[in-house]
Amino acid sequence: MSQANHSIPLGDKLWRWLVISLPYWWLAIFFLAPFAIVFKISFADPVVAQPPFSNFFDFSPGAESWLLATLDNYRFITEDNLYWISYFKSLKIATISTVLCLLLGYPMAYGIAKCQPGTRNILLMLVILPFWTSFLLRVYAWIVMLGKTGAINSLLLKMGLITTPIEMLYTDGAVYLGIVYTYIPFMVLPLYSVLEKMDTNLQDAAADLGARRWQVFFNIILPLSMPGVIAGSMLVFIPALGEFVIPSLLGGIDSLMIGRTLYDEFFINRDWPLASAVATVLLFIIVVPIMLLQSSLKEHS
Amino acid sequence: MTAATDKEAPKLPETDFTETPWLDPQAAPLIQIKSLSKEFDDFTAVDSISLDIYQGELFTILGSSGCGKSTLLRMLAGFENPSAGQIIIDGVDISDLPAYDRPVNMMFQSYAVFPHMTVAQNIAYGLKKDRLPNAEINSRVQEMLELVQLQDLAARKPKQLSGGQCQRVALARALIKRPKVLLLDEPLAALDKKLREQTQFELINLQHKLGTTFIVVTHDQEEAMTLSSRVAVMDAGRFVQIGTPLEVYEFPLNRFVADFFGTINLFDATVTSSVQVDSCTHTIEAALDKTGTLVKADCSHQLNQGDIISIGVRPEKLSISQKKPRGKNLTITNGIVEDLAYYGNRSIYRVRSHSGRMIQVSAQNFQRTKELVLEWDDQVYLSWDSSCSVVLPE
Repeated sequence: MSQANHSIPLGDKLWRWLVISLPYWWLAIFFLAPFAIVFKISFADPVVAQPPFSNFFDFSPGAESWLLATLDNYRFITEDNLYWISYFKSLKIATISTVLCLLLGYPMAYGIAKCQPGTRNILLMLVILPFWTSFLLRVYAWIVMLGKTGAINSLLLKMGLITTPIEMLYTDGAVYLGIVYTYIPFMVLPLYSVLEKMDTNLQDAAADLGARRWQVFFNIILPLSMPGVIAGSMLVFIPALGEFVIPSLLGGIDSLMIGRTLYDEFFINRDWPLASAVATVLLFIIVVPIMLLQSSLKEHS
Repeated sequence: MTAATDKEAPKLPETDFTETPWLDPQAAPLIQIKSLSKEFDDFTAVDSISLDIYQGELFTILGSSGCGKSTLLRMLAGFENPSAGQIIIDGVDISDLPAYDRPVNMMFQSYAVFPHMTVAQNIAYGLKKDRLPNAEINSRVQEMLELVQLQDLAARKPKQLSGGQCQRVALARALIKRPKVLLLDEPLAALDKKLREQTQFELINLQHKLGTTFIVVTHDQEEAMTLSSRVAVMDAGRFVQIGTPLEVYEFPLNRFVADFFGTINLFDATVTSSVQVDSCTHTIEAALDKTGTLVKADCSHQLNQGDIISIGVRPEKLSISQKKPRGKNLTITNGIVEDLAYYGNRSIYRVRSHSGRMIQVSAQNFQRTKELVLEWDDQVYLSWDSSCSVVLPE
C-alpha cells in the first residue's frame, strides 16, 4: 500500500485528493456552513437592527462574558403551543402524504417496470413531464381546478350532481392532493429502478414452490424492493415536512405547517433567532429518524 | 391409516424400476406430453411435441438456444400456458393447473435463490407455503441440508455462498416438497469445469437415491451424455431423435443429430451397391463425391444404387498412421496433417485429404514420448472399419 503511494507523482496525488474530497467540500460549503450560521443565530437575541440579531461574541472590555449565547429561543418554542402544533401538523401531513405516495406510486412503478422497454421509456417520460413546467404554476393550476368556481365544481354543478359547490380549496385535503401530486415522481423513480432490476426468476421460483400471487408479492417482491421504498419515502417525506408553498397556497388557516411558521417568524415577525431555533429543531426531527433508519439498514445487511 | 404410512415409510431407497422402462410396453409413463404446442406472436416455439417419460428417469432435453427447450420446461412448470396439447402427470391432466398447484418443482439456471432469506429459510419456503407444522418443516429442512451437505451454512445468506453452494441450495429447495418430477434448467452451466464434473456425479447419485424423475434441459451435449437415461435432441420446436445417449451418439438419425451430438466427419456419397448380410444389416458401398473413393458402410435398411447419402465417421473411430494400414473392410484415405492439438490424454488432428476435404481425427496418446509422434505437414493414412461408418439420409 505504502509502496503504491510512493510511486504516485505528487500532482496525481493532489488531483486524486481533490476529486475524492469534492463531495465533502460541497457538503461543507453548501450545507454545514449555512447550518452553522443558522445554528449560531438561534442562540442570539432579536434586535431591531441590520442584521436583526444580537452579536454572539462580546470582546469589549468590561463585558460580563465574552460569549453571549441564550437558550431563550428554544425555551420559547417549548412553551408556545403554536410550534408544537405546527411541528405535529407537518409530521402528520408529511407521513400521510408519504403513505399515499407509496400506495399510489408502487403500483405505478410496478406497472411501468412490467411494460415493454419502449413503452417503459414513454411512461417514465410522462412521470417526469410535470417537471418541465414551473412548480408554482402547477400549484396555481390546482387553485383553478379546486376553487369554488373552479373547473371541478362547475362541471359537477353543470352535470347536476351537486347543488352547492364543494369546499375543496383551502382544506387539508387540498394540501394532501398538492403534496402527493408534486412529490409522486420522487416515489415512482426509485421504486421503478429497484423493480425493473428484479430477477423475475425469483417470482417464478416462489410460485413454483407453492406461493400464490399475493404471497409472491409479500414474500419476494416487497422485501426485495425495500431499498426503493425507503429511498422514495425519504425523498417524499423530507421535503414534504418542510413544505411551504403548497400549504400556503392550497391549505386553509388551520393547515399550519412548520414551513409556514418558519416563514412567518423570519419575514413577518423578523425574529431571526427564533426562526433559526425552529429550523434547527426541524433539522433534528428529520435527521434523527434518518440516522436510526441508516443504522437499522446497516444491521440488516 | 397406519398401514398406509407403513407402506410409504421405506420409500426413499426405492430403485426397483426397470432400467429401461421405455422398452417395456406394459410400463405406464409418469409424464405424458401429448401434442403440446406453444405459439408466440410470430413464431412457434414448441411444435406439437409428444413424449412419454417414466418414473425414475433422468431425461435430458438437448438443443441449442432458441430451439424451444426452455419454453417446453416452462410449460411443464406452469409458467407458460400451452397453445395446444396436454401434460399428464401420474394420470392427472395438469395443463391448466397454476404453477403453485403442480406436483413439479424446478431448479432455475440462475438458481433464483431468494437473496433476503438464509439458506435454511430458502429451503423451508416450499413447505411453509404448504402450511406444514413447524416441527416437520424443521426436521425436513435438516434432512435436506444433510443431503446436500450444507448443514454448517444453514444460517448464511446467499451472498456469502459460492456458486456451487448456491446450486445446492436451489436443488435442496426444489426437492424438499418431494415433487413427482424435478425440472432442471441448465443445472451445471454456471459452474466451472472441475466443479461441473464433480456435481454431475453428485446429481446422478442423488437422483438414484431419491428415485425422483428428473427432466434436465441443456445445450451441452457432454452434460446430456453423462447425466441422462435418455436424451431428446430438439431443433426448431420438435424432437429430432429420442434415445439413450449411446443410441443417439452411435446411431444418429440424421445429419443434424450427428453433428450436434458430438463431432462427426460427414461425406456426401452416392450408393453404388447394397448387399444384404443378415435380417437387419446391409453392407453398402458408396462412392464419395468429388474423388469417387469407395467407402463401405453398414446400414440397417435396404438402399438403392444411385441413392444420395451422407457417410459419417466419428473422429475417434478413425486410425491415423504413417504406414499404410492393411485389413479387410477398411476404408483408407491419405492426406497431410494441417492442424494438431495436444490434449495430453489424446490428440486431435485435422487432416487435409487429397480432395481438399478436412477430416478430424481424435487419437489416444498410448505412448509416453518426449516428442510428438506426428507433426504438422506429415503425410498420413487414415482408415476406418466399415462398421464405424454411419449412413445418414441426405
